[in-house]
Amino acid sequence: MNGRLRADRFATGGLWAIAIFVVAILLAIILNFVIKSIGVITPTFLTAPPPDQFSGNVGGIGPVLFNSIYMLVLTLLINVPLGVLGGIYMAEYATENRATNIIRLCQELISSVPSIVVGLFGLAVFVVGLGLQFSAISGALALTVFNLPLMTRLTEQAIRAVPDDERSASLALGATKWQTITRVVLPIAIPGIVTGVILTAGRIFGEAAALIFTAGSATPGAFDYGNFNLFDSRSPWSPFHTTTTMSVYIWQVNSEGNLPLEIQRQVGNAASAVLILSVLIFNLGSRGLGRMLQRRVTGA
Amino acid sequence: MADSIAIQGARPATSLERPLSLRERMDIPRRVTLAAAALVVLIVGLLIVFIGTRGLSLFIDAHVSPLEIFSTDWKPNPESPPNTFGLLDFILGSLGLMVVAAIISAPLSIGLAVFMSEIAPAWARNITRPAMEVFVGIPSVVYGFLGATVLVDFLRINLHGLGFTLGKSWFAGSLVLSLMILPTITSIAYDALITVPRDLRTGSLALGTTRWQTIRHILLPAARAGLLTAIILGMMRAAGEALAVQMVIGNSVRLPTDITKPITALTAQIVLDMGNTTFNQPWNKALWTMGLILLLISFTFVTLARRIGRRASAIQ
Repeated sequence: MNGRLRADRFATGGLWAIAIFVVAILLAIILNFVIKSIGVITPTFLTAPPPDQFSGNVGGIGPVLFNSIYMLVLTLLINVPLGVLGGIYMAEYATENRATNIIRLCQELISSVPSIVVGLFGLAVFVVGLGLQFSAISGALALTVFNLPLMTRLTEQAIRAVPDDERSASLALGATKWQTITRVVLPIAIPGIVTGVILTAGRIFGEAAALIFTAGSATPGAFDYGNFNLFDSRSPWSPFHTTTTMSVYIWQVNSEGNLPLEIQRQVGNAASAVLILSVLIFNLGSRGLGRMLQRRVTGA
Repeated sequence: MADSIAIQGARPATSLERPLSLRERMDIPRRVTLAAAALVVLIVGLLIVFIGTRGLSLFIDAHVSPLEIFSTDWKPNPESPPNTFGLLDFILGSLGLMVVAAIISAPLSIGLAVFMSEIAPAWARNITRPAMEVFVGIPSVVYGFLGATVLVDFLRINLHGLGFTLGKSWFAGSLVLSLMILPTITSIAYDALITVPRDLRTGSLALGTTRWQTIRHILLPAARAGLLTAIILGMMRAAGEALAVQMVIGNSVRLPTDITKPITALTAQIVLDMGNTTFNQPWNKALWTMGLILLLISFTFVTLARRIGRRASAIQ
């Protein structure tokens, strides 16, 4: 009897210890970046171009930060409409048949493919096959490979969460199925969909391996933000420009070793801190925005 | 959770479902949305075709014997013939990294999942849940950078005596991976634990067992399939990780025999060599073969996870 209780107390203590240990590691990781990037992250750092081996300072992450945001927007422009349409099908039209099962199987398979393999695929199909070169559009298409199934899935879940009464009521009033979906079901599902979009955004922002061989990994120089010629591959606004994102840049700075070690690490730490912060903002933002939209839609 | 499309069987569509008339079959919205949903099938098809043909091109066009890749002779550089394309170092390196990562991560993750589902009071759950979300959100390249700067230095300076002469090592790679897959395993394991029916717990406790006895003899066996799925999906993620691994394992082409020494991996070698090769070299084709092997590994793991999941739901 006594041994039993002792084992119980011991195990409980062990599980508490594990939880505290894991949370402590997370805190240590975050504190590590906060402490090391204090003083490095300045408005100049966020806007200036990256350093070269002669600059002797940390330069900035302006162009790569811009590229990350550009890549994010471009990828979402492709993924959100397709993902929402696909999600509508899976939630409202799909029946239990072979085709539906194949779609689900493929969604699962895609979620398992390593990003580096997606990068290879993008290299073969978009960069070389379609002749899109190392560009934002090649990168965005590669990201679509694993984000589209995720977006479809999240939309499906959001739509399924809409109570059936809403559908019945709309149909009973004589609305067609499509009218019911677009005017009744979708508006109610929007908070869930938005939460999904923002969560995938965090992932797009952090992705690197799939982008090295598709969007490119050359350190960009200073950007000419005034060049709006979308077909000029030097214009930062063009989907055809080589688009080294912030995540790729962190990898590149630390694996090429062109910069002095001290600067290399400062850049890596500060850029990592900005990256983590962005993802945190996405996470918190998705919750806040989801809740706010919920309130507006339901009028509660 | 963002990085785990839930492995589950198809559910019936919502109540709008009924037998389709011809007009409905021709319905434009239905067709457009179907096209969007079916795009994923096209993507998977293209992926298999492209990675497959290029991956097999090493054997078909470059006439390398399929048996040769199971040797350890990696001499791909066309400037120093004869070339051999033994991939065993890379394959075993990837598997070694994955297995050790799982050994480190699985007890922690499942312990944490048990804590969150059975033991944590509300306030502790309010810390662990958001903590897991942040954990998932940290990009893998950040883990790699952290490993390359903090962990590798620590190993080299403080554990030099244990054999970590360079710091960059199999162990460093596995440790970084174990951290990366921790939230994956935890969240899937947690979902498996909370779906165990409440009655099983109360029934067991009513018989006078302690909480730990209930966890060990009732809860963990009942959730076994889910926990196994969690570990499998975690391992799958570990096997496919490229940059974080490449930054900390030292990338020296050798068999994984000593956990304190640098090794290599399929993903890392693709990252390193792709830029040095041109499209039609056998060297380049060998990299695609590595990609194909990675694809096969992950498809195997997904199939395994699906099968375990199906058996579990059949039992229930």
